[in-house]
Amino acid sequence: MTTRAARRWRQGAWITVLLAPALIILAGFVTLPLLAALRYAFYAFDGLAPAGFVGTANFETILFEAPYAAWTMRALGHNAIVFVSLMLFQNGLAYFVAFALLKTLPGHRLHQVIVFLPVVLSAVIVGFLWKLMLHPLFGVINAALALVGIAPHPWLGDENTALGAIILTNAWHWLGFPALIFLAGMQRIGAETLEAARLDGAGDWVLLRHIIWPLVAPATTIVFTLTFIGSFNWFELPYVMAGLTGSPGGATDVLGLYAYRLAFGSATAGLQDFGRGSAMAVLMFLFLAMVSAVALKFLRRREMEL
Amino acid sequence: MFAKTTRRLVLAATAAFAMVASAAQAGEVTFWTWRQEDKAVYTDLFAAFTKSHPGITVKFEAFPNENYNTIVSTALAGGKGADVLHVRAYGGLEAMAKAGYLVPLDPAKVPELKNLPADALASETLRADGKIYAVSLAGQTVGILINKDLFATAGVAVPTNWADFLAAGKALKAKGITPIANGTATPWMDAVFHSAFTNPFLGPQFVTDMLAGKTNFEDKRYVDALARLLELRDMLPAGFTGVDYPTAQQLFSTGRAAMFVGGSFEIGPFRRANPKLNLDFIAPPAPAAGQPTHVSRWFDSGFAVNAKSTHSEDAMALVRWLATPEFAIPAAEKLGNISSLSNAPNPDPLLGKVAELNKTAMPYIMLVHFRYESPTGSDLLQDGVQKMMAGTMTPAEVGKMVTDGIAKYYVPFQKK
Repeated sequence: MTTRAARRWRQGAWITVLLAPALIILAGFVTLPLLAALRYAFYAFDGLAPAGFVGTANFETILFEAPYAAWTMRALGHNAIVFVSLMLFQNGLAYFVAFALLKTLPGHRLHQVIVFLPVVLSAVIVGFLWKLMLHPLFGVINAALALVGIAPHPWLGDENTALGAIILTNAWHWLGFPALIFLAGMQRIGAETLEAARLDGAGDWVLLRHIIWPLVAPATTIVFTLTFIGSFNWFELPYVMAGLTGSPGGATDVLGLYAYRLAFGSATAGLQDFGRGSAMAVLMFLFLAMVSAVALKFLRRREMEL
Repeated sequence: MFAKTTRRLVLAATAAFAMVASAAQAGEVTFWTWRQEDKAVYTDLFAAFTKSHPGITVKFEAFPNENYNTIVSTALAGGKGADVLHVRAYGGLEAMAKAGYLVPLDPAKVPELKNLPADALASETLRADGKIYAVSLAGQTVGILINKDLFATAGVAVPTNWADFLAAGKALKAKGITPIANGTATPWMDAVFHSAFTNPFLGPQFVTDMLAGKTNFEDKRYVDALARLLELRDMLPAGFTGVDYPTAQQLFSTGRAAMFVGGSFEIGPFRRANPKLNLDFIAPPAPAAGQPTHVSRWFDSGFAVNAKSTHSEDAMALVRWLATPEFAIPAAEKLGNISSLSNAPNPDPLLGKVAELNKTAMPYIMLVHFRYESPTGSDLLQDGVQKMMAGTMTPAEVGKMVTDGIAKYYVPFQKK
């Protein structure tokens, strides 16, 4: 063996050794469960054990049979509302917040920390705190509204406001993250570019709309993709704030909760069915993977064009 | 010298191994439950078990209620899990028993099963093979818990029929007292609330007709009974659609609400939360004066032996003991419930009263009869009642939704 080959072999061995732990963990905790879910999706479950191969029956049940089909569509619809609202309100606001931070006004460091702080909190804590604040009888939000003469409202108990309340909580929790990504994107734009635009008489709005927006396109791609995946995998916040059934009356039911309920049942009402639960999980995975791939391709092209 | 050291080491290792092995064989039986709050009671009682069964100790482990099904099913699917499991009843039991995860209890080898009445045994029986898989722990009764002091202060008599009940609600409200603590934000509590008030209007004949396949939930009797619930909305807390189970408990235990519609299992926690609470448990109002009323009842859980237990003899000894008055009487007293055993009366006067009400109890219909297949009657009903109380569904629509959902697997409901 030449020294070169030996060195290459040593290098290969090292890479293998360094990669192995991550690969083993990934295979054990991600790939295997994914493959198991894929397999279970094609089995009927009688109680807790697989009771035989049923082909695509589980998929047909959750997609086309009443009442499952209606529940699936309802949950999917809610996920779509979550995605659109978060894109508009959370990420839209984050874009302006990032611009405000970019201006390095006095105290901007402190504000940067404040904006980002909620992101480091656990979703369970955030959900629990907001649930308390939104409480119909003891919550501070109703108490504050009472001061200005607005009648108390059961925000999480009204089908018309429950999902919105949880979306707002999510926006409060995550605002700092897209803001940070946008800020990083804006900081990459050279100061001279912005300076030149200013000298040409561009105001903040023109800057934001015609100079910064096209130049932060890569950041927008990241924000879009992460928000999309996050919105359609939404689970912790609705689980903590509205419970496993998407209370009230399924007004906050989303695919994550629904898949969990199908697979494991709710402690006080439902039965377990790993077959249907796995089928739902597989559909979610395919949907996310396909739409993300298409969206990424489209957004990358948009980055070039802009 | 070297050989001597080696010999010593080998001896020490053998001794250590023997100790470890004997520790495992000494009969430590593991016990899993979702009742984290009952740890102290179980630990005490298991110590009594060890006294009467020297050499067998029990290790108590509890998991959160919401995740218990998930944890146990995952463990059992992997051939693991505790030796003795606290299991659900009816459909919940069948899910585990059907998969072969539990040891069937042979009446010849478990003579203690004689201590259980037929409906308690039925709650832990797999319908497919007719075998019993668990010894039932307790029966639960749905009725109304009342704060006697609040009724007395307001000068309102405890109502026994529907008209008086609505009048009492108005009178309490006029005195600034929330009549009923319940809200509708927690779905399973909606089913409890529903059963408490509809069963007296339905009567046992409705259940008989239902099980004979003569009627379904679109029956006028059922839709009318559902509509009665709407009359109670004024008696609930402000913003009741957002009032969840813990909030309702707080309102009642702190004396802000006069009544709590719930199960007999609430008695213990309410006494602990507020020892000064002057509690009573009454049957829901009868449709009219002089007519009979009915509490609702189910058997809620049991104890089973894991089929993969490596200590199956000791585990079986524990399960047999759990079906004796030796366990059941102190357990019922300390946990504040009503034992499923027919020979384990509860010395507590209030629980004694509940046991008396049980003599004319009707089944808690959805759990006892329609929670064996998906979508369960409970899933459908909880969703429907929540919407009906919020005003987004009518009683007739709820009846139809429940019937259509159950018809998916229940032949008598399938329209020809």
